[in-house]
Amino acid sequence: MSDLSRRKLITTGLAAAAGVTGLGVAAHLAQSYGLVPPDHGGIYGLGETLTYASQRLLTRHSLAREFSRSQISKRPVPNEMPPLNAAFKRLQAGGFVDWRLSVDGMVARPGTFSLAQLKSYPSRSQITQLACEEGWSYIAEWTGVPLSHVLELVGVQPQAKYVVYFSIDPDWWESIDMADALHPQTFLAYGLNGEELPVGNGGPLRLRLPRQLGYKSVKFITHMTVTDSLKGFGKGLGSAAPEAGYAWYAGI
Amino acid sequence: MISHPRFYWGEAGNVLTKPLFQLPIPSSRALVPTGYKYVLPDQNGWSRALHFQTAWILVLTGLLYFISGFFTGHFWKNLMPRKADLSWRVLFTSFADHLRFKRPSEAEAWSYNVLQRLSYLFVIFVLFPLVIWSGLAMSLSFVSAFPATVTLLGGQQSARTIHFFVTVALVLFLLVHIVMVWFAGFWSRMRAMITGRAGADKEPT
Repeated sequence: MSDLSRRKLITTGLAAAAGVTGLGVAAHLAQSYGLVPPDHGGIYGLGETLTYASQRLLTRHSLAREFSRSQISKRPVPNEMPPLNAAFKRLQAGGFVDWRLSVDGMVARPGTFSLAQLKSYPSRSQITQLACEEGWSYIAEWTGVPLSHVLELVGVQPQAKYVVYFSIDPDWWESIDMADALHPQTFLAYGLNGEELPVGNGGPLRLRLPRQLGYKSVKFITHMTVTDSLKGFGKGLGSAAPEAGYAWYAGI
Repeated sequence: MISHPRFYWGEAGNVLTKPLFQLPIPSSRALVPTGYKYVLPDQNGWSRALHFQTAWILVLTGLLYFISGFFTGHFWKNLMPRKADLSWRVLFTSFADHLRFKRPSEAEAWSYNVLQRLSYLFVIFVLFPLVIWSGLAMSLSFVSAFPATVTLLGGQQSARTIHFFVTVALVLFLLVHIVMVWFAGFWSRMRAMITGRAGADKEPT
């Protein structure tokens, strides 16, 4: 060891101290700009936070890729599902006439919407890819009402940060930040390839979130809550996915 | 990979479309027709988290390595093959020496031989950039901002297939790398890697 190592030791020490201070400041800034995901704890929290923060900064307003009609997959995959519960079967027997979506939380006018009401609002279509975390994907044309339209109707309060949404299947619920909730391609979808959304693909009502993986596009939506904190929901990790070991933010 | 051991080309691919090829392994999903009568337990949650966290470490340390490599002239001095070495004869001799597991002489151990240089350059400037690129090309959110990332590779499923093959190449490189380190003298090579000096006993005083 020669004496150059002493100088190196001092500079390395200073750099490390600056690094630790920098990290502290970065963490504080990230928190105040809403760049920290609810599942930031644990050994993989750093990776989750880096992914969410960088994608939020790079892709806040970008649009998911849309495809041409000729690229639509021949058959949209109805993937494996747990058996549907009695409440669902009862509504299905009635042709989903009594299906309701309730919206509450930090809103001026909490409301309940029937499928007919949702279909009476301006409908939009998108030909986008549904990609599953397992590795497969399909392209389909989704029709629905932008979530932002419904959120406008109920009057979201300015301090709201997340929308939590629930399936009729009590084990499946997710949440998204306001950037995704107000994104023009985030739909309450009721149509697939020009027809009613089939039960296998989430019918009669599914949240469609084309910039994230399939598990965030929750099927059979019945309830939504607008909130400024995810602490009171489940284990406070943001959604059912992190409770099962998956990432809350599924943009990658 | 285990949750869907089928690979496709193009934008979309699933159990209802024809795969390019399928790995002969069981799957962790009942939906995938593998020919096996059992389904493996799902390990995707933590393994995805580990994968992406490791990817961040790779990208960040890789950036540091690239920047320092250019500024210190490391790539130019130590990795670019010397002009004289770029002949078939030298390449062949080096190749034959490797096949005979000939240990490098003390003088040779101070620098990389031509095959080492070529394979390191390929790994650093082709395989690693490609594995990061094809990985990002699968991210729905990332490609919403940078769509060319995925269209240049031929689609999201093409990116997944490329990602798989580049990973196989990197794993093969790692295995050969470890075997070569072993044959070149494990402890002396480890010392050299950590201290940046070839022979610990011949350290300049």
